[in-house]
Amino acid sequence: MYRYDAIDRSIVAARVAQFRDQTRRYLAGKLSEDEFRPLRLQNGLYVEKNGPMLRIAIPYGQINAAQLDKLAGITRRYDRGYGHFTTRQNIQLNWVKLPEVPELLAELAEVDMHAIQTSGSVIRNVTTDHYAGVSADEIADPRPYAEILRQWSTLHPEFAFLPRKFKIAVSGSTTDRAAIRVHDVGLQLAQRDGAIGFQVYVGGGLGRTPLIGEEVKSFLPWPHLLTYLEAVLRVYNRYGRRDNLYKARIKILVQALGVREFARQVEEEWQHLKDGPQTLTEAELARVAAHFAPPEYETLPADDLCQLAHLREDKPYGRWVERNVRAHKVPGYASVTLSLKKPGVAPGDATAEQLEAVADLARRYSHGEVRVSHEQNLVLADVPQRELYTVWHRAKAAGLATPTIGLLADLITCPGGDFCELANARSIPVAGDILQRFDDLDYLHDIGELDLNISGCMNGCGHNAVGHIGILGVEKHGEEWYQVSLGGNQGNAAAVGQAIGPAIPAAEVTNVIERLIATYLALRHAGERFIDTVQRLGHTPFRDAAYQAPSHEEDRRVRYA
Amino acid sequence: MPKIIKQQRLADDEWKVLQLAENETPHTVRLPVGPLLVPLAVWRARKEELIHRNWEHHEPLGVWLSPGEGPEAIAADLDDFTLVAVHFPKLADGRGYSTARLLRERYGYRNELRAFGDVGQDQLFFLDRVGFDSFSIKESDEDAIEALAAFAAFPEAYQAAANQPQPLFRRRAI
Repeated sequence: MYRYDAIDRSIVAARVAQFRDQTRRYLAGKLSEDEFRPLRLQNGLYVEKNGPMLRIAIPYGQINAAQLDKLAGITRRYDRGYGHFTTRQNIQLNWVKLPEVPELLAELAEVDMHAIQTSGSVIRNVTTDHYAGVSADEIADPRPYAEILRQWSTLHPEFAFLPRKFKIAVSGSTTDRAAIRVHDVGLQLAQRDGAIGFQVYVGGGLGRTPLIGEEVKSFLPWPHLLTYLEAVLRVYNRYGRRDNLYKARIKILVQALGVREFARQVEEEWQHLKDGPQTLTEAELARVAAHFAPPEYETLPADDLCQLAHLREDKPYGRWVERNVRAHKVPGYASVTLSLKKPGVAPGDATAEQLEAVADLARRYSHGEVRVSHEQNLVLADVPQRELYTVWHRAKAAGLATPTIGLLADLITCPGGDFCELANARSIPVAGDILQRFDDLDYLHDIGELDLNISGCMNGCGHNAVGHIGILGVEKHGEEWYQVSLGGNQGNAAAVGQAIGPAIPAAEVTNVIERLIATYLALRHAGERFIDTVQRLGHTPFRDAAYQAPSHEEDRRVRYA
Repeated sequence: MPKIIKQQRLADDEWKVLQLAENETPHTVRLPVGPLLVPLAVWRARKEELIHRNWEHHEPLGVWLSPGEGPEAIAADLDDFTLVAVHFPKLADGRGYSTARLLRERYGYRNELRAFGDVGQDQLFFLDRVGFDSFSIKESDEDAIEALAAFAAFPEAYQAAANQPQPLFRRRAI
């Protein structure tokens, strides 16, 4: 992964000093609440229900063992011994104290970490595919470009006060695992006539107005990446709406102008910037790409024989391999997903001990590096197959081996009303209820792949709009109710789900999900995933089942019929 | 005399900022003597008169833009101004940052470029980078001396901007 040089380090150190001074002036009454707000937000510091929440950047989800160890220490010293991994590959601490934050940031800087631009109306952490560099379907490794974008967007002087937040995602593979179509800018690496470039999407996003990004450029040769994005951002900064917080994202501007007119304005702006000094050079790409050079892989047989024997003999292990282990582009290797989902724990939460266990696993079995997935799990990307059985045992001991990756129980959840100031309803207890009910592994594996995403409000941090089943918390007469949607999808076939009917009370959510699943199981064709059946039949049979409201006992009979 | 920050030092501010009151119009508003910073609407309405004052009486002339007024509006007139200012009615309205870069990098404006309104020491580093070289900040004169340190808040910057046309990667490579 990218290693800081003295310049990168000096910039982060300066940011710590700057924020220390800003915090001092705020606490001394020299900065008002209004003046301090944008400053702390640009350093990832929110004021939430329980006090300040700090969001720490994990650039494009890449983190190393030393950084995980440091995070573990920080959660113990400044928080309550755990952190929460987010859908944008960052980590949040829920219980920090404002006067201690500068010291916390100084400790983070020791391992080249920071909280720069993890919030606020700025360009946020750039995200990418958690299988970058190890996937067979890769056109080009997106990480060098993500790092180049990280540097360009860090403390960008022109774009520090945008109309609203701005999120960029990059995908390097034919299969989009970075949800690029629901980002303000989605970049799809592509090859044309032997040259590398990007297909550029603009105006996707979740939240109050979920929209799928539209193509504004079919092929942008990579040297023009920064000048083109500068043109996009400048058009947005100048003409994006600032009168209404809910209409301030770039998607609203793209919708208002129409994608063609928006693209034309960007093109016009770009003509002034194109081929200017920010045009990327071969030397710079090579410098950054060298940091992502593949590790020295051993020459191994495609299938490890011991591993195959374990698969035959150990059913729980086989189940874990089926869901949590992914083929690697190099023979004899695999990528392992360490699950942060299990009953009784908020999805995405990891304790200090787990962070250390992951660091240890990474050091021993995966070149000391880890990735965060936007589904809120952690990935060891480069594990030799012969070590998988040991990794499984150790992951299990650390509570990181729930064998449900990609299944209903691998749900995405925002922090919700338990923590978040914006939420209309809690999402963690809803997730907890679902995880308790769907705890039968045979049943979960039979249901198969399903994205179940939960958000506690319209802002949609839990990606409800692109869940095959989406759950959205709403407030009704001071009570928590939930709107269920169907048919959302992420990746190449990105789509926004549609509500199936009126909101339901919290106690009904898990029952409704059970009925939706029962309907799928009764109607599916062989090999069809839940989303395929929904697309084939439409919402009607599901809606009818969801609102028929049989008692819970009847429902269970349907389920096992 | 009120102070401003100019060329990273405290300096006296000789300029009067003309702002239209509700009952005034660009055509009728009285133009006080001395260095005068007029709103774009007054510049548009009274061009000849303002140029005459400037030429005949050597009264320095400036124009100020509100966030929604882009640099295109004065691009052809830049030679007429000793000072161009950009107003930031709200800290969070960042349109003026684009205005500054365009004035400097696209339209070649070389005279004084001032930020005024809801700006303070915590914005100075970015404002300086996009091309502003004078600042009417919120802080008291006493605190303004402390604020000068903000110009050196960061030892380096990654991007090209008005005060550094080469991005770090081109300078790093050397």
